[in-house]
Amino acid sequence: MFLPLLISLWALPWLPAGALAGEAEPLVADPVIEARMAALSKELRCLVCQGQAIAESDSDFAKDVRKVMRTLMEQGRSDQEIMDFLVQRYGDFILFRPPVKGTTALLWVGPFLLLLIAAAILVRTLQRRRQVAAAEALSPEEVRRAEALLAGKDGSIDGNSSSGEPGRGHTRHTDEGDKV
Amino acid sequence: MKRPLRYLVPLVVFGVLVVFLGRGLFLNPQEVPSPLIGKPAPEFTLPRLHNAAAQFSSRDLRGQVWLLNVWASWCVACRQEHPLLVELSRQGIVPIYGLNYKDHREDAIRWLQELGDPYVASAYDVDGKVGFDYGVYGVPETYVIDKQGIIRYKQIGPITPDALQNRILPLVRELQAS
Repeated sequence: MFLPLLISLWALPWLPAGALAGEAEPLVADPVIEARMAALSKELRCLVCQGQAIAESDSDFAKDVRKVMRTLMEQGRSDQEIMDFLVQRYGDFILFRPPVKGTTALLWVGPFLLLLIAAAILVRTLQRRRQVAAAEALSPEEVRRAEALLAGKDGSIDGNSSSGEPGRGHTRHTDEGDKV
Repeated sequence: MKRPLRYLVPLVVFGVLVVFLGRGLFLNPQEVPSPLIGKPAPEFTLPRLHNAAAQFSSRDLRGQVWLLNVWASWCVACRQEHPLLVELSRQGIVPIYGLNYKDHREDAIRWLQELGDPYVASAYDVDGKVGFDYGVYGVPETYVIDKQGIIRYKQIGPITPDALQNRILPLVRELQAS
């Protein structure tokens, strides 16, 4: 029973935008102009709906812009001329991709600048860590002691000393102290 | 860098972020700065609202400071600013001209009869073409145009008493004196 309803619900998002928007199709559709319209209107921001492109929006503003774009294309103007025409009236904000110029330099260079700073910090940290590792390297004396410990020969640690002479190292230490 | 200072770095970065984001929180994203400020106001000639046979030409207004108020009878926010405009026109400080935007002539005339007509004249921009040239994207919008025909200020949305007293009127006086 619900199947037809489900199908129609499923199909709803796939309808062409014009079918829902109720926008009049041009009487004689020029395929070249329509293709250019489709491409260019995706590059333009709808100022009243901000997150949407002119291509997607159903607002009066977007309809006006599309109408003007179509008229200009029929007059034989290039995409660049149309963009300039719109920027002149609505500013760079109408472009989704802002042009590279003085005021937008930080916007374009910023991420790369951050990447560079992060890389510099990384290199410095790694270098410093290597220096610390070198400074903490064991002296030959320490290496000998460590090997002795691993072999279980050193008696200075209680657990490893022979049970017959607890605290031998300690005794020797006091002896030396007496000599001084 | 000394050790204790090093631990302050994240705090400082956080502080800077808070300042930037906090500022952004109080900006109005709907307000797009107009690229037309400081540029010549687009010239236009349109039929007048009250008399379709008569022309309204922006060129005739050269040599004086004037306000161009974009309005429509279907525009709810225009109702909100309207009493301010009526009051301003009564004071006679600066002439206000109307651009009746995408409206029906009868509706617009009736609207003015009901609420008062602050405009020296209104131009009738039925298809919004002139509005488009002025970068209109939300009605009402008001432009301050100087003696040389340069746009000096644009109010997006209804004029508030604050904007009128602190921005528009001081600017108008300054422009009139120059």
